[in-house]
Amino acid sequence: MSFSNAVAIVGVGETDYSRASGRTELALSLQAIRAALDDAGIEPREVDGLMKWWVDTSTEAEVAANLGIPDLAWWGEVNQAGNVGAPLVAHAAAAIHAGLANVVVIYRGVNGRSGRRYGRGDVTGQGGRGVGAFTEPHGLLTPQHGLAMVARRRMHDTGIASRHFGMQAVAQRRHANRNPRATFYGRTLSLEEHQASRLIVDPFHLFDCCLETDGGGALVLASADRARELGKPLVLIRAAAQSGPGVGSPAVRGAKRLFDMAGIGRGDVDVIQIYDHFGPFVLFALEDYGFVDDAAPLVEEGGTDFDSGRLPVNTSGGHLSEAYLQGINHLIEATRQVRGESTAQVRDVRFSFCDTGIGTGSVILERGES
Amino acid sequence: MSGWRFERPPNLPLPRPTEEAQPFFNALKERRLVVQCCSNCGALQHPPRAMCGSCQSMTFHWEEMSGKGCVYSYVVTHQAVHPALAGHTPLATVEVELAEGPRITSNLVDVPPEAVKIGMAVEVVFERVVAGVVLALFRHSGAADSAISN
Ligand SMILES: [Zn+2]
Repeated sequence: MSFSNAVAIVGVGETDYSRASGRTELALSLQAIRAALDDAGIEPREVDGLMKWWVDTSTEAEVAANLGIPDLAWWGEVNQAGNVGAPLVAHAAAAIHAGLANVVVIYRGVNGRSGRRYGRGDVTGQGGRGVGAFTEPHGLLTPQHGLAMVARRRMHDTGIASRHFGMQAVAQRRHANRNPRATFYGRTLSLEEHQASRLIVDPFHLFDCCLETDGGGALVLASADRARELGKPLVLIRAAAQSGPGVGSPAVRGAKRLFDMAGIGRGDVDVIQIYDHFGPFVLFALEDYGFVDDAAPLVEEGGTDFDSGRLPVNTSGGHLSEAYLQGINHLIEATRQVRGESTAQVRDVRFSFCDTGIGTGSVILERGES
Repeated sequence: MSGWRFERPPNLPLPRPTEEAQPFFNALKERRLVVQCCSNCGALQHPPRAMCGSCQSMTFHWEEMSGKGCVYSYVVTHQAVHPALAGHTPLATVEVELAEGPRITSNLVDVPPEAVKIGMAVEVVFERVVAGVVLALFRHSGAADSAISN
């Protein structure tokens, strides 16, 4: 018995996005949670479950105390990297469906620019320890190094090229130019500017890399029955899947679980959000999830644009152009698309897909009858 | 590319291996490239692990590699995203697929960053970087480059 359509996302919220928040990470989380609870129309005292990014510095206990939660019944984390957003949704939905919690808040608050900068090898490196003993002495020091290695090989194998990555970056920038919350709201990007931007770790140009952001985001989940009482557009969790180490791409394996649970086909999906720590991985994911066999012709025809594309992708601007909040902003945008509240709204959205990190987790949201 | 010679950024981290991985680095000091090999089923795994992923044996030995392989992928660091890279970019890092199968991370000693290509045939050279630490680096070998390595 799955939780398909038995649990809903009833509230979303975020802080402002900046380079120097002047607030603690705990304060960012609390501000985002309050916004999400206000959006849901749910009082903090009703929250009995909490989930956070395992790398988040604020503890569930601190958050519960600050919110004045009278009875925290359930909490948890999913340990991997930044890519745990959809897995958190899956765990929370399972917990609600199993009766372990009634209202679960998922949050992420981080000073990703003014605090720890994830793109810096002296921050995220292992100092030559662990498996870093085999890579760091040779100059592989950061997440972008390992991912650039994967991207270079994929370019070799499939013929996808940097200009295709640029086309996706430009599509996302157009979306961000419509989104007042986005870091790059007021700055356009052309393919020529993308191609001329400096190389960070070849094959990644500057505009293939995510932003660094101070900010927070939160989601509120409750049963579909509770959601119907709230009187907002109903956003049901049709399916969610997690995918870890194994043989072959996690996205390929996760996609099978996800679409089996959803009972729909790729062609039924109306709008797509994909975790873009590095833009090329958006195109790789479109192929691995089975949306297209070859993403190059798709972006050449502008196929990921929100208004004219056949597969609108990253309609808030994503990590490249809205903010880098490790996927919670993608989940928020996926929800807004179902509600009809996006700043780059796709018409008649029924099914909204969201990947939160190179195949590690994904969800399909569905517009329900209120 | 004649005359170009790799200079390793001196402040890059040195290997601080786990106990499990220490024999790999001990062998490098003897100018031998070894990979963990399952004593039960013969599977090679790199980096080494506590258990064989093929047969779940926990008994291993270290198998010496031919040192020959080809470039499976590579990156070129242009921005000094780590203090050790300041003044040392561009820096090419390669993933070499050894003839025996395992892939290892390294640098090419005689190919400048702009000339690195996937499929280049390479062979191991051993370079002492500081007292007591030898790393396995690679040079472009005389063997024919393969257009597509697998
Ligand atoms: Zn074995």
